Order: sequence, then structure tokens, then C-alpha cells
Amino acid sequence: MDWILGFIILIVKLGVVLVGLLLLAAYLVLVERKFLGRLQIRYGPNRAGKFGLLQPFADTIKMLTKEDIVPAEADRVIFLLAPAVVAAEALLIFAVVPFGASITLLGKKIPMVITDLNVGLLYVFALASLGVYGVALGGWASNSKYSLLGGIRGAAQMISYELSLGLSLVPIVMLARSFSLVDIVRAQADYPFILVQPVSFMIFLISAVAETKRIPFDLPEAENELGAGYHTEYSGMRFVFLGEYVNLQVLGALVAVFFLGGWHGPLLPPVVWFLIKVLAIAVLMIWVRGTLPRLRYDQLMHLGWKVLVPLALLNILVTGAFLLI
Amino acid sequence: MKTAWEGIVAIASGFATTFKHLFRKPITEEYPEYKRVLPERARAVIVLTRDPDGEERCVACYLCSAACPVSCISMQSAERENGRRYARWFRINFARCIYCGLCEEACPTSAIQLTPYFETCERDILKLVYEKEDLLVDHGGKDKEYNFYRYAGVVTEVGDKGTHIKEDKPVNIKSNMP
Repeated sequence: MDWILGFIILIVKLGVVLVGLLLLAAYLVLVERKFLGRLQIRYGPNRAGKFGLLQPFADTIKMLTKEDIVPAEADRVIFLLAPAVVAAEALLIFAVVPFGASITLLGKKIPMVITDLNVGLLYVFALASLGVYGVALGGWASNSKYSLLGGIRGAAQMISYELSLGLSLVPIVMLARSFSLVDIVRAQADYPFILVQPVSFMIFLISAVAETKRIPFDLPEAENELGAGYHTEYSGMRFVFLGEYVNLQVLGALVAVFFLGGWHGPLLPPVVWFLIKVLAIAVLMIWVRGTLPRLRYDQLMHLGWKVLVPLALLNILVTGAFLLI
Repeated sequence: MKTAWEGIVAIASGFATTFKHLFRKPITEEYPEYKRVLPERARAVIVLTRDPDGEERCVACYLCSAACPVSCISMQSAERENGRRYARWFRINFARCIYCGLCEEACPTSAIQLTPYFETCERDILKLVYEKEDLLVDHGGKDKEYNFYRYAGVVTEVGDKGTHIKEDKPVNIKSNMP
């Protein structure tokens, strides 16, 4: 009996998270377009429904009814599989992200996380690395020079920035003394880690933006040079999934968990606090997109290897020294 | 160190600029609700205009059709008993037209003119083929007072030989007298 109840709870949690994620992703795209529009002194979408609120549905219908084209010379299986890899990677990260403290329902304690993995942080990094495959394989399977160039750039960039991404979180693990995301949030009950680890926060933010290939690090899809980079040949819903619109939430959630104290906050319920933090990071990312120009490729590599990695290593040393004293 | 500081200042000023723009009123003109008044010489739908006295200006000389880079104008010329030439039928395929205005420049009688009106979308492409009755308007367009037959040395009801504007009396070729 207990086993069945646990199973039902798990399925319900999975369903809520999946639907919530996809809905939020759809509306984050709308928020991004509206906010970016205002940054550029224009309105953004405002035709579909009041204030353009039905725009995500209009977009979805459009994307789903578009023809799913596979180029004649493309490697069919890999071409069709690549978007699934990217989408699965982004969604699976949320399996370890805690949305709130555990709640008690029907006399049973239900943790607000799908699974509290004790190596959650390593799991996140493993999945983030898998994302490279989606991009590189998608670019390669398209059999187009733009896609291939985009895929290669994507692979090089993501591998480079993965290093600083990982190193920037080592001090967090040192402070929380755990790889579990739930424990990391619990460790921030008194104060969020951004206060003690601002350098780490900046490195993580920059690396994460590079990892998700957003402006100013969107070299793999650089419109001006590569058409659309690795997703040039994709159309319809596959284009959307390869475009990784869930990534903004992944980014926001990870920053919230590692640096902003996750669900902790006064007055409001924990889940609301978590959502507010995720959205705040998302808005910050959109603001960055509206402000900064794209980096040149050598500048990108320079920033990654010569600035962020040494800085992250130094940060680990300093943190270690402080913890010893 | 100095360049790093300069970089931070530059980035911060960039963020400040975009943040300020967030509170500006968007400059977007929301089209169907607000329609900007286009300049008189904006180039859109083509019309065939009339003389001040209400006659068709077009003399079916085919110059517009020859000047048209996409060959969207076609017509059939004819002549009335009073000496006026006219187009028996006149057709513009707006599905092809690129609104370049070369027909207007080529026209010797100011008959064919472009107007600022542009809202001519159709779902059926054949509806964009305009016939003469669709094109004819009952005004002189941008050149209101012009009447081609008052200048041309052609005998019509508007004027006989030697009576047109800037035209001399016909010379008697049988005589030496000035």
C-alpha cells in the first residue's frame, strides 16, 4: 500500500513539474520578447489575446503544424534524435532541483523535489555535458556547413566553459559540505551564498550563460555569420527543442539553488520564493541579452581559459584558506 | 587593472542605458489602430486620372507598359471619332507590380499615377489584377490642371491646329510671306 502511494505521489510530482516547466518555458519566451521589446523601445507581441498573453499558444500551434523537414543528405536518425537529447537533458536536470521544503500531506512527509540525489551537483554537471552532444550531433547530422560550424563552435565553447562552471561551484560544495542540492539549499538557511561567494556567483553566471549559448555568448548560432548555426536545418517543434527554451529556467533554478538560497525567504511560501528567484535571474538574463553585443570567438576563449578558470581556482584556494582558519 | 576597471564601467554604462530605455514610451506605431498619414508622393496603388474636364487622360501610348520592369501593365489602344486616343482595355497586375513608379515617370500625359493608398491585400491572387474600371478615378491626382490635348498638336474637340498652348499658327507652305 505504501509502495503504491509513493508511486502515485512520484507520478503526480513528475507531471506537475513537467507541465509547469513547459508552461513556464512558453511564458518565459513571451516575457523575454516583451521585456526585450521594451528595452528596445517597442512593444513586443501584443496581438494574440490581451497583452499578447495567448502568444505562446499561437506559437505552439504554428510550430506543431509546420512541416517537419529532414534535409535529403542529413543523417536521419541522429538528426531526429539530437533535439530530444537537448530537451531531455534540460528537463532531467530538474529531477534534483528542490522547489521547496518538504510538506506534510495525509500524514506523509513529501519532499518538494523529485529525487534528492546525494551527488545531485555531479548529476547536474553530467547532464549539462550531455547537452553538448545534442548541439554537436545536431550540427553534424544536418550535413550543412553552417550547422557544422555552429556545432563545432558549440562543442568547443561548452567544453571550455564547463570547466569554470564546475570550478565556480567547488567553494559552494566546500561551504555546504554536500553534493546534494537539497543540503546546499538547507545550508543557506541563515544567509544566501551570494553574500559570501560573490566572485563564485559571477563566474557561475557568466559560465552558465555561455553554457546555454545565450547572448553575449551565442556564437554557435550567430545569425550574422552562420544563419542559425547548429539549428539552421531544423524546422517546427524540433527547432524549438533544439533552441533550448527550457534552459533559461535551468539557469535560473541553478543560480537560485546555489547562490540565492533556493526556497528560503520570509513571509511567502517556499515555492513562491523559488519561482521569484528563478524569474529574477531570467529577467536579468534578458536584460543582459538586451545590452551586450556578441563576443568574438577568440575573446570568448580568452575569457574562459585565461580569466574565469584561474579566477575560479584562486577563489577555491581563498575559500579553503578561510575555512581552515 | 586599469583596463579591467574601464571594462566594468563600460559594461555598467551599457546596462544603465538599456535600463533607462525600459521606462521610455515605445516608439512603435500600432498599425491597424493608428494609421500614419503617408506623404502625397508615397508610392502605392496605381490609378488612372482624368482631365480637369473629366475626360480620360490616358492616350494608350504604351510607354508605361514599356517602362515597366516587371511587365505588369498591358492595354489595347484605340481612337475615338473626335481624334482622342484611349485604351480599349487597361490592365495592371498588382501581384507583379513592384511600385517602382517608372510608369508614372514615363507617362507623357500624367494619366498613370501612384497613390499613397496601400491596403490592397487579397487572399485570391487573381483579385489583384485590376481592370480599367478599377483603376480609373474621377480626379486629376497630383497634376490637377494638366490637360494633354491643350498642348498636343492633335486636332480634337479641345483645340484646332494652331490653337493649342505654346503652338504657332500653321505656316502656309504655298507662300513666302512671314
